Amino acid sequence: MSIMRVKAKASGERTDVKMMAKHIMETGQRKDKAGNVIPALFLSEIEVKHSGKVVFTANLGPAVSKNPYFSFSFAGGASGDTLEVNWKENTGKSGSETAEIR
Amino acid sequence: MSMNRRSLVKAVAAGGALMGLSVLMPRVAMAAWAKEAFEAKEQGAAIKALYGEDAVAESAEVVLDAPDIAENGAVVPVSISTELTNVESMSLFIENNPAPLAAQFMIPEGTRADVSTRVRMGKTTNVTAVIKADGKLYRATKEVKVTIGGCGG
Repeated sequence: MSIMRVKAKASGERTDVKMMAKHIMETGQRKDKAGNVIPALFLSEIEVKHSGKVVFTANLGPAVSKNPYFSFSFAGGASGDTLEVNWKENTGKSGSETAEIR
Repeated sequence: MSMNRRSLVKAVAAGGALMGLSVLMPRVAMAAWAKEAFEAKEQGAAIKALYGEDAVAESAEVVLDAPDIAENGAVVPVSISTELTNVESMSLFIENNPAPLAAQFMIPEGTRADVSTRVRMGKTTNVTAVIKADGKLYRATKEVKVTIGGCGG
């Protein structure tokens, strides 16, 4: 099940990336109707790699908004190249996805 | 994401006995999730947990872009950028949040020190960006007024 929506565009010598993860980023501050705390559930780490090299790492807390959004830019990358996006949740769950640079 | 590599080293001792040594290679530095910093309830403690010190000088080199007024505290766009060179990491603190450290971005060589994201703010607060470059720390702070809080309370 993929959670990453990645728009990566090669632009001259750089690749510009805008990405959004589908994730509730539950803060652990909310309570349900019975008054019980809804446990925190959030993406804690996101790593983006190009050609085996890490180009971006985000360590996150639950203060990042639902459906976390990031934009960044790295040197290199060409249209058709693959980006690898690895993520980890505070529960320990993790995933790995790929996206293509346009 | 990371692999533990075990290398086996065999050494033959004078007596002819075989000794096997198994060495775990440490994973190459992806900065681990800084639990103490992310769980600190007070900004100074969070900065100190993340960087080892909390007395960080304000610097015009740190460009913190955040709205003067956030209509919706659940989704506040913020960006951090700088022209400083050799940036290692950029982090974002929301002073009045239950846990001030919101995010830490590691910036490898070749990646522009310019990151945008969206964060939650429970109420009007100071937002602080801290940048580590060439081993030194720099910060910028801006107040963001929040009309509707975003922590879900």
